[in-house]
Amino acid sequence: MRRRDLRSLASTFAGYFVLVFFALIFLYPFVIQVANSFKTEPDAAANALSPIPHPFTTTGYEKVFVNTDLPLWLGNSVLVTVMVTLGRVLLCSMAGYALARIRFRGRKLLFSAVIGVMAVPPVVLFVPKFLVLNQFGLYDSYTALVLPVIVDAAGIFIMKQFFESIPVSVEEAARIDGAGVWRTFWSVVLPMARPALITLTIISFQGSWNEFAHTLVAVQSPDLFTLPRGIADLVSGSLGKGTQYPLKLGAAALATIPVAILFVVFQRYFVRGANEGAEKG
Amino acid sequence: MADTAPAQATRPGPRLSAAVRENIAGWLFVAPAVVILGLFLLLPILMAMWVSLTDWNGQGSPFRSSVPFVGMENYTRLFTEDGLARQDFMTSIRNNFYYVALVVPAQTALALGLALIVNSRLLKGKTFFRAAFFFPSVTSSVAISVVFLFIFANSGAVTSLLSLFGIDGPQWFSDSRGVLHLLLGGLGLVDPDNPPAALTDGGPFGLSWWEWLSGPSVAMCTIIMLVVWTTSGTFMLMFLAALQDIPVALEEAGMLDGAGRWQRFRHITLPLLKPTLFLVLTLGLIATWQVFDQVYVMSQGNPAKTTLTPAFLSYQTAFRSFEYGSGTAISFVLFAIIVVLALVQRWVMRDRDPARRMRRS
Repeated sequence: MRRRDLRSLASTFAGYFVLVFFALIFLYPFVIQVANSFKTEPDAAANALSPIPHPFTTTGYEKVFVNTDLPLWLGNSVLVTVMVTLGRVLLCSMAGYALARIRFRGRKLLFSAVIGVMAVPPVVLFVPKFLVLNQFGLYDSYTALVLPVIVDAAGIFIMKQFFESIPVSVEEAARIDGAGVWRTFWSVVLPMARPALITLTIISFQGSWNEFAHTLVAVQSPDLFTLPRGIADLVSGSLGKGTQYPLKLGAAALATIPVAILFVVFQRYFVRGANEGAEKG
Repeated sequence: MADTAPAQATRPGPRLSAAVRENIAGWLFVAPAVVILGLFLLLPILMAMWVSLTDWNGQGSPFRSSVPFVGMENYTRLFTEDGLARQDFMTSIRNNFYYVALVVPAQTALALGLALIVNSRLLKGKTFFRAAFFFPSVTSSVAISVVFLFIFANSGAVTSLLSLFGIDGPQWFSDSRGVLHLLLGGLGLVDPDNPPAALTDGGPFGLSWWEWLSGPSVAMCTIIMLVVWTTSGTFMLMFLAALQDIPVALEEAGMLDGAGRWQRFRHITLPLLKPTLFLVLTLGLIATWQVFDQVYVMSQGNPAKTTLTPAFLSYQTAFRSFEYGSGTAISFVLFAIIVVLALVQRWVMRDRDPARRMRRS
């Protein structure tokens, strides 16, 4: 009996050791990111690992706000993210609801098409998307940043799954009371879909805020850069050749913070989103 | 616009039957999504198919008659014609192959290992550790690439950490030496600076056997580490969800039968995790052939083209060299690779489908 207690104690200890070790590996890069953004350049170069800036300075942030277009990128990112998120939530709910509940002709076929579309790897569409945007004269505009990504097949799928789980009786009651399809959807079903809507809002926000590759094929003028595009330009462009690490890490930290806050507050919805993503596969 | 249109449609018209109204309402609800997906997913593919058969240089419309039609040449150049196009393409395939071969097993093993420990009933703080491991997956790939550039910089964190142990670390991002070459050299089998003529003289698709056998370069290894680090958390969640579906009674029955921890894992847990394991492996296979953001930010295909991947090469060919026909042709070949992998996934998981459908509904 004794020996078994000892063994389980040892394995508990080993378990914690592994967990803490990996927690450090997974989180310490973010500590490095924030800590070094407040260091001077020589300090960042000499003591990259240290979590404490010595001396503490905000020069990196001052430089990134004054010497680069970061305020503009931030503004563009906020604008694009808000538009894409609102659009995705509305349009994916509408399509998901129709596919789940409205018996219209061709809906089975349409749903298979949505599943098929989900399987198309986004990377393959880079150059093709540019071709269409260019042909329509949309290339290098806000429309090009927003419109092509405003509907997401995975979002339609998530909403359809959710609407199918709501009992039909509620809608039937509303319909008997004389509510039309839109009224039933907007005032009866949608309010019940809050958990799915929050999940969709969060994965849309996160996906859109982090989106990089699409901006490469949608816009080229620096006025239309979003934060990830601006940072990528900063790193590989003219400023990138020097080290300037506090500045770059400060910009990277600013790109990380909104999603980090969202993650801390809405963690379970992120988890749900990830698992829904798995279901679709 | 979209708000008002369906409302009008549902207002009962005098002569419309219920079925017709239902049809109209349905199509109005899906119309915005159908239009967007059609315009920006389907149409691009069709247009790209045409462009991949031409030598369009980005000027004017690709449908003008002055755009030279070249047939399958953009494709054959990648496979059969000796030249820079094929050499770059095959190099990118080689690089991505080694990348996949290392990332997929590593992220799957790490995700499964972490899930098993986090799921252990004896340990507290499950929520915190789950969040900690998952967090890198939700952050910006660009931002985190910048952090890794700093961490692996020549005077950076990893180099100073290694020097604590007396190891003289490599110059990560400028080191184009293949790891397999280094390994063969280290074992004394082959001299990397002077490889045997048998290996350098010939080989398939315009690269010598020696070049095919390079392994990932040291620079590519940093991208591999970054990606394993960012994606393991997501896959851990999938394993965790599957682990939580396993009835505790099953584990306890195993314990009563006197099965040790390893035996219980091997004969109870692992068979039940098999579907998730396949899912994680195939999702990983499909995702790793699409690596782009990290390459763009961290290396742009350098050093010596050892981090060039088909996705980045396609972008570079189209947008930097203005050879849109070649660029789209590379996209389609990459598409074909991914479709084949997806079909393999379907085929491997065919037994599982009915069960999944039942769980969903």
